[in-house]
Amino acid sequence: MNKITRRQALGTTAGALSALGIAGATAHAAAADSRASIPTGTVDEVYQGRRIQITPATTGGGHHGGHHGGGHDGLPTVRIDGRELHVMRNADGTWISVVNHYETFADPTSLARAAVRELQGAVLAPFAPMGGTA
Amino acid sequence: MTVRKNQAALTPEEKRAFTNALLELKRTGAYDRFVTTHNGFIMSDTDSGDRVGHRSPSFLPWHRRFLLEFEAALQKVDPTVSLPYWDWTADRTSRSSLWAADFLGGTGRARDGQVMDGPFAYATGKFNVNVRVDGRAYLRRALGEGVAELPTKAEVEAVLAMPVYDMAPWNSSSNGFRNNLEGWRGANLHNRVHVWVGGQMGTGVSPNDPVFWMHHAYVDKLWAEWQARNPKSAYLPAAGTVNVVDLHDTMRPWNDVTPADMLDHRKFYTFDTEPVPAASASQR
Repeated sequence: MNKITRRQALGTTAGALSALGIAGATAHAAAADSRASIPTGTVDEVYQGRRIQITPATTGGGHHGGHHGGGHDGLPTVRIDGRELHVMRNADGTWISVVNHYETFADPTSLARAAVRELQGAVLAPFAPMGGTA
Repeated sequence: MTVRKNQAALTPEEKRAFTNALLELKRTGAYDRFVTTHNGFIMSDTDSGDRVGHRSPSFLPWHRRFLLEFEAALQKVDPTVSLPYWDWTADRTSRSSLWAADFLGGTGRARDGQVMDGPFAYATGKFNVNVRVDGRAYLRRALGEGVAELPTKAEVEAVLAMPVYDMAPWNSSSNGFRNNLEGWRGANLHNRVHVWVGGQMGTGVSPNDPVFWMHHAYVDKLWAEWQARNPKSAYLPAAGTVNVVDLHDTMRPWNDVTPADMLDHRKFYTFDTEPVPAASASQR
């Protein structure tokens, strides 16, 4: 619970800073500077008015704490305003998402920001179920 | 025998027949099932796991079968229709007749990317985007904004000259013809066209934009041209490859078709650039 409060505080800070147009870099710094309860790679920032939350993949503990159903173990969870963005890691270490599927990004943060720009304020839809019947 | 034609050469009547058939598949719900299937594979095909439709050798035979199914659905509506192909090395600007109001409609408006003209504009009420990654129900495009230039003829020629179909590790980091055509490596052909069109075409639900079918019909044609130029080059891998569709493995979701079954497009259709096969010529 304490962790959530702290993240919310971070989000608020980033939100205030975004008005100054420096949210990205500053939110990163805030995350890096914060206490040990926030693991490395965690991001909680406001970018163009949208809240981006990135939780790194859990290591060593299996994947039963999963946020979603299928076969994406080892990946971070990326959320935009609380809705999960489907992300994938390419063999060369670059990243794509279901919103920007045909171009690659260097890291999950730039991937999430690209999704925010593409969404133009729209809300992410829930994951579509696998296995169409066409 | 179906003949796939260059979209730039279609008559006004052929354009209308094609767009009307698309609208009918949308109305019945058949269109959206294809979009759902595509996105399911987009999200499950991974570089280190099972991969069928994308980032793997079966990218080309999978999409050939996917287009054949879609074309068959169109022909149930109108037997005279075939999938046109879009040669983006030739028709490479947003002023192409492809994007005119009597065909696919143009780029989206600045405010929200919404396509405002043509038969697929949201205001017509006939082409809502139902299978989607976000809340927007209208067709979107941003022609030339995500990337400025479509691939050139010279870039295509360089890829067609690559003699090996695909290579280990058989994913988005592979060298070879397939991955250079798909676009994760090299000049970036197929992927770049998706980004150039923008809107839904840049997402996992890219078949929502009817230009998806014409783009992939051209990618399919480039595979056929590569085969003609490299007659000694086979589909790879042949057998025994983990997570990857070998030559004689079946492909999901159909489970009754292998890459080997898809190698010769002339079993199903020809292109308008090819001679008419003797069998069907003699019937006329």
